[in-house]
Amino acid sequence: MAAIDTRLPVVRGTSSVNVEFISDFWHYRELLYFLAWREVKVRYKQAALGAAWAIIQPLFTMIIFTLFFGRLAGVPSDGIPYPLFSFCALVPWTYFAGTLSLAGNSLVSNANLVTKVYFPRVLLPAATVVSGMLDFLIGSVFLFFMMIYYHVKPGWNLLFVPVFVVSLMLLALGISMLLAAINVRYRDVKYALPFIIQIWLFVTPIIYPVTFLPAKYQKVLALNPMAGIVEGLRACLFPNHPMPWRLVEISWSVTALLLIAGALYFRKTERTFADIV
Amino acid sequence: MSDAIVVEKLTKKFALGVLQRDTMLRERLVSLLRSPFGGRSGSENILWALRDVSFRVAEGEVVGIIGRNGAGKSTLLKVLSKITYPTSGRVRVAGRVASLLEVGTGFHEELTGRENVFLNGSILGMKKNEVESKLDSIVAFAGVERFVDTPIKRYSTGMRLRLGFAVAAHLDPDLLIVDEVLAVGDAGFQRKCLNTMEELQSGGRTVLFVSHNMAAVENLCSRCIWIDAGQVQMDGTPREVIEAYMKTFGGFQGAAADLSSIENRRGSGEIRYTGIEYLNRSGEPLSVIRSGDSVVIRLRYHASQEVSHPSFGFRIYTEMGTLVTDTSTWHHAIEIPLVPAGDGYVELEVDLLNLLPGRYYFSLWLTGAGSPLYDNIEHCAFLEIELANVYSSGKALDSRYGIVYFPQRWHLEGIGSGSRTSDQEESQVERTPADGISR
Repeated sequence: MAAIDTRLPVVRGTSSVNVEFISDFWHYRELLYFLAWREVKVRYKQAALGAAWAIIQPLFTMIIFTLFFGRLAGVPSDGIPYPLFSFCALVPWTYFAGTLSLAGNSLVSNANLVTKVYFPRVLLPAATVVSGMLDFLIGSVFLFFMMIYYHVKPGWNLLFVPVFVVSLMLLALGISMLLAAINVRYRDVKYALPFIIQIWLFVTPIIYPVTFLPAKYQKVLALNPMAGIVEGLRACLFPNHPMPWRLVEISWSVTALLLIAGALYFRKTERTFADIV
Repeated sequence: MSDAIVVEKLTKKFALGVLQRDTMLRERLVSLLRSPFGGRSGSENILWALRDVSFRVAEGEVVGIIGRNGAGKSTLLKVLSKITYPTSGRVRVAGRVASLLEVGTGFHEELTGRENVFLNGSILGMKKNEVESKLDSIVAFAGVERFVDTPIKRYSTGMRLRLGFAVAAHLDPDLLIVDEVLAVGDAGFQRKCLNTMEELQSGGRTVLFVSHNMAAVENLCSRCIWIDAGQVQMDGTPREVIEAYMKTFGGFQGAAADLSSIENRRGSGEIRYTGIEYLNRSGEPLSVIRSGDSVVIRLRYHASQEVSHPSFGFRIYTEMGTLVTDTSTWHHAIEIPLVPAGDGYVELEVDLLNLLPGRYYFSLWLTGAGSPLYDNIEHCAFLEIELANVYSSGKALDSRYGIVYFPQRWHLEGIGSGSRTSDQEESQVERTPADGISR
């Protein structure tokens, strides 16, 4: 006699959602791993330059930024060499932008899975959040060599790097859950996303330092959670760059809010995905 | 025996407006502007995929679910598999569930066979070490040993199917839910599927499977549930349920199919098919056709004007779309100088319909001299061939044994107790079916 499997609890028609959202991550960790692994495997297959694209993208953006903003426009960079200043922000930014555009479509592009198999749907955007980390790591290694080249020696703040990486992932996850779930019903997300990402780039201190802005705009900028993450990472790497704790605190609060909002909305709509995707 | 599945008052409704694929926010806004106070339109837009469905399945039962397309069978399986959620009612499922609604779910073209086995296994709920230990056996079962490190985009459709099914066959579930997997693939693949399900059955597993293959349902299942319009129409032994279900096809099959109202057809239309009928030799409508029966297929037509030198023909396909035969007056070099305007029919007499049980589809065609196409209707009618004791051996041949059989005789020299022969007259094999054309 088989016991009732806890993995398949009673499926009720009522609205009480008792999906163990967080414990599902643990229970289905292998599937999360395989989905992320699939994305990594597939990402650069049949691309001649392969994983080099993980460096090429931020590298060329950095070169353009250095030429136009660093040299021609003379944007300050807090005493850090401009290429290093912008590349250090472009590595997390490339991850963030890439994850959003992939994860935002993840439920729709995996419609065949959603309509044919049961598994916690959140694994799809989560897998993108995880798989993007590989590119992030490759970019980071390149950044490491750039720092050697520019003779920049990080201080003790370097120990905070993992904290910022985790908050970057959580932020990406929160927004991805929100976007992916909305995209199931409203395909507008697909069209709005590239545009949103483009705007977001300019309201994040990647090209310029936060101090470049007048004080009152700095407060508005702080509401962008990427601002705290980017500036926080800079503070981890460059010793003459103090940790902007105020900015970081706001960033974490906004990240937490987005994560909760994303999870709630995702949970609320999850049951209808297979019917409308 | 304890229950493996308990379904209580299960109801699932779809608001049809929401089903549209590319829902745009704009449409919502537009409709809001047009009628800001008008609510969502009423009941006509609601589809009841399942309505108050209740049943229990005991452990070890093999239950076949039958019904027409759109009756709610797949929705039921999806609710049981937790893919979609019911509007009301509840479902309780015990044990490890494997649901196979599609073969090879999540296969990725760029990944190799081995990689896809891991991915697919993991999607279907296997642990990584479980896949590792079963990998060799899975690959051998699928017969793709040589291609295990080749991306599956280089695989043939058949290889892909076999690999997908091989993974599923190794799931070792307590409850297996299968949706019409048998409708795809060649006969060999289908046979493999059926054998695996038989093994599961004899291993005491609970199996729930949806099929249009009545022979498979009858052979495999201990019980059959017929679903129609989202409700359980009948629940009982496969034989009685299938019989009752088949009776509802009276209008479609057996007697005749009306083709005059079919819009989806090609051709210039000077002359068109208006109906197809299955008759016995004395001209009476046949409601049940078995393997080996003699059948007269009557094709009715309407000519809106005089047509000279037409050829009447049709093709028979299996459910999987394999062409079984294409035959026509042209193949028999029959000249029809003129068909006057008006209604009429042609008949093809088949002495021995050597098709094995299953559903076969008809595509009709009508061409003229110099091959202008007058009429062509694809898959416009079907023929359900029932089991028969074709070799008089007491062994009924079902669709697992292929598409056709031949009247035959085994000769065993010195090793058997004499030669056994089928009761078919061998002379029939030599004869070509006679064509009849009448007005």
